[in-house]
Amino acid sequence: MANVNLSKINKVFGSTHIIKDLDLEVGDGEFVVFVGPSGCGKSTLLRLIAGLESITDGDMHFADDLVNDLPPRERGVGMVFQSYALYPHMTVYENMAFGLKLAKTDKQSIEQRVMETARILQLEELLQRKPKELSGGQRQRVAMGRAMAREPRILLFDEPLSNLDASLRVQMRNEIARLHHRLGSTMIYVTHDQVEAMTLADKIVVLRDGRIEQVGSPQTLYQQPATKFVAGFIGSPTMNFMPAELLGGDGNGCRVSTPGLGELALPQDASGKSPGAELSLGVRPEHLRLAEAEGENAFEIVNVEYLGNEVYVYLEPKAGDTLLIHRSEAPSRWHLGQRVALVPDIEQVHLFDATDKALAVNGAKAAA
Amino acid sequence: MSTPATESASQVGARSTKGGYRGTKVRRQRVRAAWMFLIPMLVTLALVAGWPLARTFYFSFTDASLSDTAGAAWIGIENYLVFDDGNWYGILTDPVWWQSVWNTLFFSVVSVSLEVVFGIIVALLLNAEFKGRMLVRAAVLIPWAIPTIVSAKMWAWMLNDQFGIINHLLMALGLIDAPLAWTADASLSMWAVIMVDVWKTIPFVALLVLAALQMLPKDCYEAAEVDGIHPVKVFFRVTLPLITPALLVAVIFRLLDALRVFDVIYVLTSNSTNTMTMSIYARQQLVEFQDVGYGSAASTLLFLIIALVTVLYLYLGRRQLGVDE
Amino acid sequence: MNRYQQIKLAKQIGKWALIAVIMVYAIFPFYYAVITSLKPSSELFQVDFWLSSVDFGNYAQIFSQDSFIQAIGNSILVAISVVFIALLLGVTASYALGRVRFRGRTTVMLVVLGVSMFPQVAVLSGLFEVIRTLNLYNSPGGLILSYTIFTLPFTVWVLTTFMRQLPMELEEAAIMDGATPWVTITKVFLPLMWPAMATTGLLAFIAAWNEFLFALTFTLTDSQRTVPVAIALISGGSQHELPWGPIMAASVTVTVPLVILVMIFQRRIVSGLTAGAVKG
Ligand SMILES: Nc1ncnc2c1ncn2[C@@H]1O[C@H](COP(=O)(O)OP(=O)(O)OP(=O)(O)O)[C@@H](O)[C@H]1O
Ligand SMILES: [Mg+2]
Repeated sequence: MANVNLSKINKVFGSTHIIKDLDLEVGDGEFVVFVGPSGCGKSTLLRLIAGLESITDGDMHFADDLVNDLPPRERGVGMVFQSYALYPHMTVYENMAFGLKLAKTDKQSIEQRVMETARILQLEELLQRKPKELSGGQRQRVAMGRAMAREPRILLFDEPLSNLDASLRVQMRNEIARLHHRLGSTMIYVTHDQVEAMTLADKIVVLRDGRIEQVGSPQTLYQQPATKFVAGFIGSPTMNFMPAELLGGDGNGCRVSTPGLGELALPQDASGKSPGAELSLGVRPEHLRLAEAEGENAFEIVNVEYLGNEVYVYLEPKAGDTLLIHRSEAPSRWHLGQRVALVPDIEQVHLFDATDKALAVNGAKAAA
Repeated sequence: MSTPATESASQVGARSTKGGYRGTKVRRQRVRAAWMFLIPMLVTLALVAGWPLARTFYFSFTDASLSDTAGAAWIGIENYLVFDDGNWYGILTDPVWWQSVWNTLFFSVVSVSLEVVFGIIVALLLNAEFKGRMLVRAAVLIPWAIPTIVSAKMWAWMLNDQFGIINHLLMALGLIDAPLAWTADASLSMWAVIMVDVWKTIPFVALLVLAALQMLPKDCYEAAEVDGIHPVKVFFRVTLPLITPALLVAVIFRLLDALRVFDVIYVLTSNSTNTMTMSIYARQQLVEFQDVGYGSAASTLLFLIIALVTVLYLYLGRRQLGVDE
Repeated sequence: MNRYQQIKLAKQIGKWALIAVIMVYAIFPFYYAVITSLKPSSELFQVDFWLSSVDFGNYAQIFSQDSFIQAIGNSILVAISVVFIALLLGVTASYALGRVRFRGRTTVMLVVLGVSMFPQVAVLSGLFEVIRTLNLYNSPGGLILSYTIFTLPFTVWVLTTFMRQLPMELEEAAIMDGATPWVTITKVFLPLMWPAMATTGLLAFIAAWNEFLFALTFTLTDSQRTVPVAIALISGGSQHELPWGPIMAASVTVTVPLVILVMIFQRRIVSGLTAGAVKG
């Protein structure tokens, strides 16, 4: 087990700069998840950590060792691949023992470690089977077993669940979480799926274009997104954004005007911004309340989705605009075609400036 | 958007060279292993191809003879061309050489053209759905599986002037009055050779074309059928352009093979000048007349002609051959 | 029957007629060779389309000659050795060419392709010298050496195509497990490459089995010849009295195993041929 320290890491493929001056600290035993849009460099970063790609510039430490130049086997990392990449001609046992054999471990300890890993992953009955005789979930577990068998300091996962169907994915997600509690080893996990990210991570790293957009616990990212990008990326259904104009404000709060909502007094610190500045106002679907329409601030309900435990109501600000989403517990009294007013929960509203940075909520509250 | 990215990429590149060669150890080990793996192959190829080729070039400027290649003396380009006693000598003045150049070209162009036409027909047929398709495909492969020497002998027997079944059939059908001397008659022997070569090589061309046909998208055919376009038109407008890359590959492979043809002709018509090709000419000089210098000069010319075709083709068709990704 | 049905019927008849023509064209020469080989010599010169009686006299005659049996032995020895060497050198080379990116890779690929397109005659005199220097003239060793000129490039080329198709992640998994390139080849890739190796080996075997020019030039005595040369050199009293019966018997003998192999491995051969020519 070890902590991982990346400082000023860069990766250049030919003339494309993929990872740009990236700094990251992963604590010992932490479960870190990389998320971000496709092509932002998640896999590349993971492969740099694995040693499958070499870093162009920067330093990488595991515990106190500089690992820049070490091949994967000397770094003490294990990796689980998206396609599992099990050796098709070897049995489950041989798959897990392969790395140990290459490390010239003696026969007895190989057997002991493979059996131990198999026990943890409940693979004992499958040890003599070939990969093609296994189900998707079982293959997934073998892939993890193979990565774990050499007792690596760090376990890496690149979208390990994306080849599984939805229900199996939930089950495996659970198993990975429990595995992490049990082993307590450092794990770094890449995914597209934000539910996986939110449920598994101690710490989420949001990447965009080879840079870190924000690092934090799932809760921090959800409640205090640092940028509009993070706010839009985390949470499902996604956050609603509306244009807003700053009317005035100081370090303790501000007033903005938003078409359709009217004037709002918000707790954000607007010092340094001049009245008239163009802002973006963000509210999560569950932080909106619907009320009977009165006056001109009204929206038409264009669709209502019933999901059993909750209801999504879609509203159209003006013809052609992006739809706004309201989310509430079922049952809902709202129906198609109704005109309603929107009331945001003032405490839960986010404001972003023209550079997409979030405006901070003043001191005392931010800490709380 | 792309400009800043490129800029910063080059900055980092510069920085990393200044800071020393970093983080590429794994890659370097891999590349070193790759060269270690290639060396045995490259050494073997150098021994059986590179060195002998260089020696052939060298011999072509000497008077080497088969019994004594070591004692060869340098004679410049005399094997190719020399003015002596008021007359020009050398390969380039030998009418038999020019005859064999012409024969080779004629043989190559005619037989490859025929193979391509028939190959496409067979491939189109094999691409259609019918009962016993696998059986027919297997049968079509038979000529390809038969050793060239054997097929030459088989056809020599069928083409035999007195007892051959072909003459027998043609006479029974009333197409000819007297038996034809297929392999001896100057005007027929080249066609006999071409016939045997075409028979043997159609399967190869047909299989390549068939592979290309099977990768064609089905939907554009269905669209054409719905639009009621005539099948012949569909073939020339849709199929042919789509299989052209595969055809080009098949053609170059066949053409290079045909330009160096030796065994079919050697067995069917021996050293007859009517069908003598460059390979036969060169080997005759080298082995039968023991004149290594002169024969090497002929080999060198043959090599240069084939190299020219290859280079031209590689230049024109790099992508199709997939040499660079 | 309306017009539409008539056209359809005519098309069907046309198709089957074409199939029949192609089948006859492909099979008949070999069939005729088999018939000829099974005729008694007294009936040799009358044209028949089928056999009235079977006579193994021609086979008895060729198998009573030591030189023919030796030729078969030589052919087998040479072809198998060549295949073995080509696969051995080809597997590692194709790993390097198919899976490692390095400077000069395209050049090496072009060299390999270039050698496979060599006219054999162009190296004849140089190779003759090499073989004589190595004391391999008139021996299977000389043929084994010289045959690598066409089997090795071909093997490398086809195996490289197959190597490229193996998933990247499999190799990366092996790297994570600490495998060196050599271990990756022998322990991970080789077991997965057997089908490809079999195909390539078979094609190389056929090429070596059928080779004529080198075998004719680099051997001198009957006991060292390979089958194609032996058949080509079977002669009678004069040019016009070739012993066609025994020639056909010998031809059929060396062809039948090949035809059977090709029939069994039909699919593989097709994929190997197309991999060698059309990349993709
Ligand atoms: N070996 C390579 N050579 C050149 N470019 C590469 C290479 N590997 C990745 N890239 C590029 O780097 C960028 C980041 O790729 P990466 O695989 O890290 O994305 P990702 O975040 O994992 O995306 P996804 O979510 O789709 O898996 C992409 O634009 C990709 O094209
Ligand atoms: Mg990825």
